[in-house]
Amino acid sequence: MKRQVAIYGKGGIGKSTTTQNTVAALAEAGKKIMVVGCDPKADSTRLLLHGLCQKTVLDTLRDEGDDIELDAILKPGFKNTMCVESGGPEPGVGCAGRGIITSINLLESLGAYTDDLNYVFYDVLGDVVCGGFAMPIREGKAQEIYIVASGELMALYAANNISKGIQKYATNGKVRLGGIICNSRKVDNERPLLEAFAKELGSQLIYFVPRDNLVQRAEINKKTVIDFDPTSNQANEYRNLAKAIDENKMFVIPKPMTQDRLEELMMQHGFMDAIS
Amino acid sequence: MLDCVPEGHVQHTVGKINPAKTCQPIGAMYAALGIHACLPHSHGSQGCCAYHRMHLTRHFREQVLASSSSFTEGASVFGGASNLKTSIKNIFKIYNPDVIAIHTTCLSETIGDDVSTIIKQSEIPEGKVVIHTNTPSYVGSHITGFSNMCKSMVSYLAQADGETKKEQVNVIPGFTNPGDMREIRRIVSALGIKLIMFPDTSGVLDAPLTNKYQMYPDGGATVAEIRDSGNSELTIALGSFASNAAADLLQEKCGVTGIPLKLPIGLKATDDFIMALKDWFGVEIPRDLAVERGQVIDTLIDTHFHYQGKSVAIFGDPDHVIAMTEFAITMGLVPKYVLTGTPGKEFEATIQKMLDDAGITGSKIKAEGDLFELHEWIREEKVDLLIGTSYGKYIARKEDIPLVRFGFPILDRAIHPLMPVVGYRGCLRLIEQISDALLERRDRDALDEDFELIL
Repeated sequence: MKRQVAIYGKGGIGKSTTTQNTVAALAEAGKKIMVVGCDPKADSTRLLLHGLCQKTVLDTLRDEGDDIELDAILKPGFKNTMCVESGGPEPGVGCAGRGIITSINLLESLGAYTDDLNYVFYDVLGDVVCGGFAMPIREGKAQEIYIVASGELMALYAANNISKGIQKYATNGKVRLGGIICNSRKVDNERPLLEAFAKELGSQLIYFVPRDNLVQRAEINKKTVIDFDPTSNQANEYRNLAKAIDENKMFVIPKPMTQDRLEELMMQHGFMDAIS
Repeated sequence: MLDCVPEGHVQHTVGKINPAKTCQPIGAMYAALGIHACLPHSHGSQGCCAYHRMHLTRHFREQVLASSSSFTEGASVFGGASNLKTSIKNIFKIYNPDVIAIHTTCLSETIGDDVSTIIKQSEIPEGKVVIHTNTPSYVGSHITGFSNMCKSMVSYLAQADGETKKEQVNVIPGFTNPGDMREIRRIVSALGIKLIMFPDTSGVLDAPLTNKYQMYPDGGATVAEIRDSGNSELTIALGSFASNAAADLLQEKCGVTGIPLKLPIGLKATDDFIMALKDWFGVEIPRDLAVERGQVIDTLIDTHFHYQGKSVAIFGDPDHVIAMTEFAITMGLVPKYVLTGTPGKEFEATIQKMLDDAGITGSKIKAEGDLFELHEWIREEKVDLLIGTSYGKYIARKEDIPLVRFGFPILDRAIHPLMPVVGYRGCLRLIEQISDALLERRDRDALDEDFELIL
């Protein structure tokens, strides 16, 4: 039974980096994985493929029409992870959400979801802003969601908003929140704040990924940390995150909070503790 | 009208001129009408629904009832969930169908409305059914929409009650006329096999005029029948483009063996259909059917010199064109141009193989083509006959070629939806039409001294 996982979070929070490092760690542990990038920037598989060498589903569709072969869009990356980028329009034109609907439907009809896959990861841009961006969590697709956040208010605000989207789909389907992943920004009292935030949602802080400059260096070299420096401490952090996800048993329908309650929580943990 | 088509060859790679297809929802709406007491529902703006109803009415000359989610600016921004929920509530309250079959439109598809979730959140009265299918018109054609709705009938309704199967056959008849579906039923019944046919628009879009208004006519496959299709031994999918998807899903979901066949148009395809049933169920071919077949052979021999060796251009929906091309070859016609507006490379490969097997060379075949291109081909090298929909009449007039109307839509002639082109009787009808069209032309053009009484 393959697990389909969607990663959401505020733009720039490190979703793609975290996803790819987690996937690299899972692949290292022998899992068979497909990564579906759902971002028009098409940078969700760059580290696994060692560069943006891939033609996106929508570019292929535009250039070659509907009759597409699967290997034209699905490329093997690090440790044979299967990588696909949905792609999308240039900023300011078209409809990126429809793009995601189109590419996921196409992947299905081309038979990309093979039985030998252990995991499918969807790396989804920013907030759940329209029907298209909710595509990975619709019925029959991703059933686990992880939200990448940090101790900054805007990241938590976005995470709370995404929880509203999950709640909406969860009540009628099987999609559940698996936990919050903290991609640390080294803000005051980050861990307790995230723990409290996750608890308030009814979920858990599944892992706290510390900040390490090695991640940036690996990115410049177009590699995941696991690939770039497998013996480093940070590589182990990602292995632990992968293990936590692999062994996770806590899947909930989140209980998003009001804006006031969110700010209160922030004051309580983020600032009050820091001042005292 | 086509005087403005420029002389010489014009390459157009972007867009279509005089398309040979229409919107997905038209197919979905037509398929939905083949469910008994079903109201098709268009999830989008009102204009879509109005156009689709009108187009079907113009072909069938019957009323086509369907409702709409009536999107406004607000629905486009916030999604169509509340419109759809209100629609479902109102439709059951006011029009009281057994089934609402929802199809989407370009707008609701682009918004990304999650219709299955919306249905789950809706209030549906006890014993009533709501199904849906996705029909973005920027993908495929009306045939794709028809196929999608058939597939949804299976995914929502078909059920296998256990391992043992009943001695009955499912037939998915493709985007054919009610007269064709009636004929398919007659053939299967003549073989003494219990039939579940879905969709089935006979008794709906060919219902008689009575003195009593019936919002939902007696015809159509019932929900119970479609549900029971999961218990059948066999599914026969007539026409790969319109019917294979539903048959494949029946096989996957309920373990019903599926046999993909061509639409039973023409001698060979009708033989294949009847023989598939005979082989599976071990039934005898009744004498009446054998006589009908013999009449076709007799007619072909009596009339072959009317059409033997004439070149023909065939266009329309892929399943119809594939079967028609096969029959044209049987008749001794030479298919010179074969075109469909529906995308799919399989179309070109299938036709090419038929022509290769018949030793016919130099023909042009195209899927996802348009009538502008067909006209260009004909202008470069003329054919003796055009077989296709009403849209062919402009080319026929401009190039002075007889047109045999065949397929969907036919908007300028009547009665055709009641007259089958499938089965052996369909063969006779097609031979008559083709033969008449060519003889009519011969008489028109004959000099006085060549004007014959006996042809």
